[in-house]
Amino acid sequence: MEQLIQQIASGLASGAIYALVALALVMIFTATDHLNFAQGEMAMFSTYICWQLIQWGFPFWPALGFTILFSFLLGVAIERVILRPLHNASVLSIVVVFIGLLAIFHSLAGGIWSHTIKNFPSPFPTVTFAGSGYIGSHQIGMIVVSLLMLFALFAFFRFTPLGLAMRAAAQNPVSARLVGVKVDWMLALGWGLAAAVGAVAGAMVAPVVYLEPNMMASILLYGFAGALVGGISNPAGAVFGGFMVGVLENLVAYFGNLTEKTFGIYIVGNGEKLTVALIIVITILTLKPAGLFGRTTVKRV
Amino acid sequence: MTAITSTVPAAADGARNLTRTLLVGFLVLAAALPFLVGKSGFISNFTFLQLSLMIVYAIAVLGLNLLTGFNGQISLGHGAFFAVGAYTAAILIEQFGVNYWLTLPAAAILCFVIGYLFGLPALRLEGHYLALATFGLAIAVPQMLKYKHLEPLTNGVMGINLLKPDAPFGLPLSGDQWMYLVVLIVAVGMFWMARNLLNSRPGRAMVAIRDHTLAAGTMGIDTSRYKATVFGISALYVGIAGALHAIIFEFVSPDSFRFELSIAILVGAVVGGVASLPGAVIGGVFVQFIEKYADAMTKKLTQAIHLPLELQPWTLYGITLIVLIYVMPGGIAGGLAALWARLRRPPQGG
Repeated sequence: MEQLIQQIASGLASGAIYALVALALVMIFTATDHLNFAQGEMAMFSTYICWQLIQWGFPFWPALGFTILFSFLLGVAIERVILRPLHNASVLSIVVVFIGLLAIFHSLAGGIWSHTIKNFPSPFPTVTFAGSGYIGSHQIGMIVVSLLMLFALFAFFRFTPLGLAMRAAAQNPVSARLVGVKVDWMLALGWGLAAAVGAVAGAMVAPVVYLEPNMMASILLYGFAGALVGGISNPAGAVFGGFMVGVLENLVAYFGNLTEKTFGIYIVGNGEKLTVALIIVITILTLKPAGLFGRTTVKRV
Repeated sequence: MTAITSTVPAAADGARNLTRTLLVGFLVLAAALPFLVGKSGFISNFTFLQLSLMIVYAIAVLGLNLLTGFNGQISLGHGAFFAVGAYTAAILIEQFGVNYWLTLPAAAILCFVIGYLFGLPALRLEGHYLALATFGLAIAVPQMLKYKHLEPLTNGVMGINLLKPDAPFGLPLSGDQWMYLVVLIVAVGMFWMARNLLNSRPGRAMVAIRDHTLAAGTMGIDTSRYKATVFGISALYVGIAGALHAIIFEFVSPDSFRFELSIAILVGAVVGGVASLPGAVIGGVFVQFIEKYADAMTKKLTQAIHLPLELQPWTLYGITLIVLIYVMPGGIAGGLAALWARLRRPPQGG
């Protein structure tokens, strides 16, 4: 039982990261209808920037703040320079461009900082508190920071004129343009915000998975799965989906181990937990194609 | 239909005949190549292996082209079918002593069935959701190959070693040369079948589904059955490519079929030109070329322009992809066709 709670708690912690990645994906998707395959590598690159700043002697939080700013500008620049001229290209071309971006960031990080695994410091103090047998302080920190990010973004989109303009640009570009919203720049801002959210996700998860160019690959996949399960058009749903996938992944491994211990039959273990989690996700999607909370889009013919 | 064909101008007819003659000539030359070279070593066995791999990837890219280019479904997971085909061949040869020729239809049938069954639920998914489902497939298959209970068959992470078959009938060819010939013959057959399929009634139905699914449905096309079948056929092509790869490469292991392979096939399809048969050949060449020469090329380029930072092959790869999409949105085949059309356009007055 204790182990089960432990597994769920650490599932929630990694789920928080998936939720952030899912949110970043949703942000770009609602604005442009593209799933950004390079999101994970962009986040990984940002995390390296943060690591470098810390190495140069900056304290963690200012370094993270600078990294967020840098990532934001990077995201805006990518949208303006690379994707803007392609806004009429086919989905397939865009997918290939994302793959190209992924390759570039991946190899740049490997080239600049080498492929060796690096330790990334955790900003949270190790303290003992009630229930600390179940969950570590960094994991609590991950969840708290993620939730703070989510609320900040929610407030931004809900209560600021700029957030409203961005939502308008995503929902109805033509009308938004008519009332004077600079739709092009809103898309670029969306990219910037997504990159910034990704940077936070990277910096939060790096102490757990260690810093290396491949660190975001499976996290991006879980983020995808979370976003799609929750409903890619619904940010809150995507966040829930992220948490759900995180818990699900750990439960699969837990029950796999349990059956092996009790019945002596090996069915699933750590090696297959990704596969099983994906099978569950795809099953949900075949039953509910728009995701759990997604709106079914009705197309006019 | 007859009325339309008869109105084709004689010039276009002549051009088509010329293209056909050139193609046949080229193929005959390609098939004669190992016999001409013989054991002189003028073209090394290694080069023959490279050529074979290019052709194998061309078959795989063609398979994805049928699905993506002609039926409008995106797949990020065709590496999975490649792996299934390769393992089918390897297991049949190594564990059951089956003749390597027979492994091709076996891989084809198995991959068709898996592709069809996967295609059925995947039909409910469109665009990005299908991309995720296939992405999951690409991630899952290498893990499944390492699965404990399958280890007696798949040999786990160690993979399976094979021996390249020798040339039969006492032909004066090395193993690599013979397999090059085999791969070439299979590829010609596969491309010929794909062309015939696309020119047939079901082929037109496939394209109609891509262009407008709903309209195709109203015309009486059973869109779901077609989509699942095309998924199966596409998997069949990739599976055969995988089986050939296992035979000529003499080795299979879970880690040779990682997610990067699926991406490579997709990139090959887009770079060559989706919805184009010659594009599939170009794509296949591109896939193998990048895999083999990206490293060396990047090193040369870094030295040539004296970059302060050591350029990574993948950086160059990424930049190439993005530039290609800018310059030739229809892939290399599309770009060449557009160029050809421009050159042939009669000079306009004024």
